[in-house]
Amino acid sequence: MNPWMLYLVWPLIKFLIAFVIVQVIVAAMNWIERRVLGLIQARLGPNRVGPWGLLQIVADPIKFLLKEDIVPSSAEKIAYFLGPMLPLVPAFIVFCLIPFGPPPTFAVTHTNVGLLLILALTSTGVYGIILGGWASNNKYSLMGGLRSAAQMVSYEVPFGLSIVGVLMLCGSLDLVHIINYQAHHVWNVFPQLIAAFIFFVSMNAENNRTPFDLPEAESELVAGYHTEYSAMKFAFFMLAEYSAMLVNCCLMVSLFLGGWTLAIGGYGLTTATLKSMGFMGGLLGTVIFVVKVMTFMMIYIWFRATFPRFRFDQLMDLGWKWMIPLALINIFVTGIVVLAAPEMIINGSVVPVGETILAVAGAATVALTLFLIMKPRAHAPKVIHASRVSEA
Amino acid sequence: MTHTFIPVLIMLIVALGVGVVILSLNRVVGRHQRNPSKAAPYESGVPLLDTNRKRVNVRFYQIAMLFILFDIEAAFLYPWAVIYRDASHGNAGMFLFGEMLVFILLLGVGYVYVWKKKAFDWK
Repeated sequence: MNPWMLYLVWPLIKFLIAFVIVQVIVAAMNWIERRVLGLIQARLGPNRVGPWGLLQIVADPIKFLLKEDIVPSSAEKIAYFLGPMLPLVPAFIVFCLIPFGPPPTFAVTHTNVGLLLILALTSTGVYGIILGGWASNNKYSLMGGLRSAAQMVSYEVPFGLSIVGVLMLCGSLDLVHIINYQAHHVWNVFPQLIAAFIFFVSMNAENNRTPFDLPEAESELVAGYHTEYSAMKFAFFMLAEYSAMLVNCCLMVSLFLGGWTLAIGGYGLTTATLKSMGFMGGLLGTVIFVVKVMTFMMIYIWFRATFPRFRFDQLMDLGWKWMIPLALINIFVTGIVVLAAPEMIINGSVVPVGETILAVAGAATVALTLFLIMKPRAHAPKVIHASRVSEA
Repeated sequence: MTHTFIPVLIMLIVALGVGVVILSLNRVVGRHQRNPSKAAPYESGVPLLDTNRKRVNVRFYQIAMLFILFDIEAAFLYPWAVIYRDASHGNAGMFLFGEMLVFILLLGVGYVYVWKKKAFDWK
């Protein structure tokens, strides 16, 4: 094929399709989040515009566009403009590196270091937040920006370290290779249970989501780093935040939950099976991927409705004193198991001995932790229900 | 393999373009009703009490420095992790494991030192 078609026109067409779908999902997430939060809190949520309030997805951007773009008189003009632009650009680019279905048709581009590039791009999002917070020249904004920077930077370390275990098992930085490896062995959540847990907690903290939403603690900081932003610039911050959430969910699904495949040990819907079904198979893979991703987006919302906010010192303690040692121990254990128990080939099929050992060890650790947490403490305060206070 | 990155470059330009176009559209279509109190910095409705450019707690810088240290550690772990499984089938496995163990232990000593110095305590 003509190289111009292959590397310029096709990726551009595929990017535009992916771009539109992603933007619709991001806009829809905003509406879904408000509706689901409403359901959880026994109220209605936005239901006025269109059927079930669905047209809210269209109404929101139009309203953002028609609002006045206020620039505070004391703001640093250039940095104030760059604030929302810097997180937006990586949020857009990252989606052309994520394979939504079996490549080459369902991924915009396929590189052998896709994961590394995604990590590099997503971690630049913090620049926009701290720049926007500083340029607004407002105490709330500055404090929100600083908190956000410290938090994102702290959780970047366990976030990066938790992926190392996956890389050791799969031996590649190529997301397609990692997904295929999982389809032919076992989903990485099982052998890397601890890493998946660390990754999930860190990705919540990276996105400034509850219970880690200190930068946006409305009871303390009004709105955090985007206090002074209005109209489309504010919308860009929201867009970047929801895109980052989507990217992290895509990473979680690709790294730990088998991406677009639905297979174990090579049986089930592997990439080869999907490809043999032609275009519809690819589409099926994409649907599986999106369903998995949306499940994690729902967990984000569920967390927001359920958990109270951390205190800042608790947040730092969790990140530096618990998550980092835990991630390092996980790497150490994975290293020993990979070294001591390489793959065994019995009757021509691969038996993942190391993965099994890791899965058992991970499950045992989780069971032990749960047991220790659930065990009633000797000096636990006696809980009296409010209706029985007078009797006590 | 460089050509697979061409789409990424194109998307960079597209993303910048989309951002600038939407922001300028907002300028054109959006309302224009300026007044001095609207452009004043938001301080919960109270007039500005003192300057907004103040000193920042040194702990934020401390965290940034520690981050660089430990993130570089993670960056060093990546290439090692990628070749580890293939190499451990041969004789190099034990060597690779030992090398990384020494590296992590050295960093671990630093980690314990920083912990004892109470750099992780936010109080």
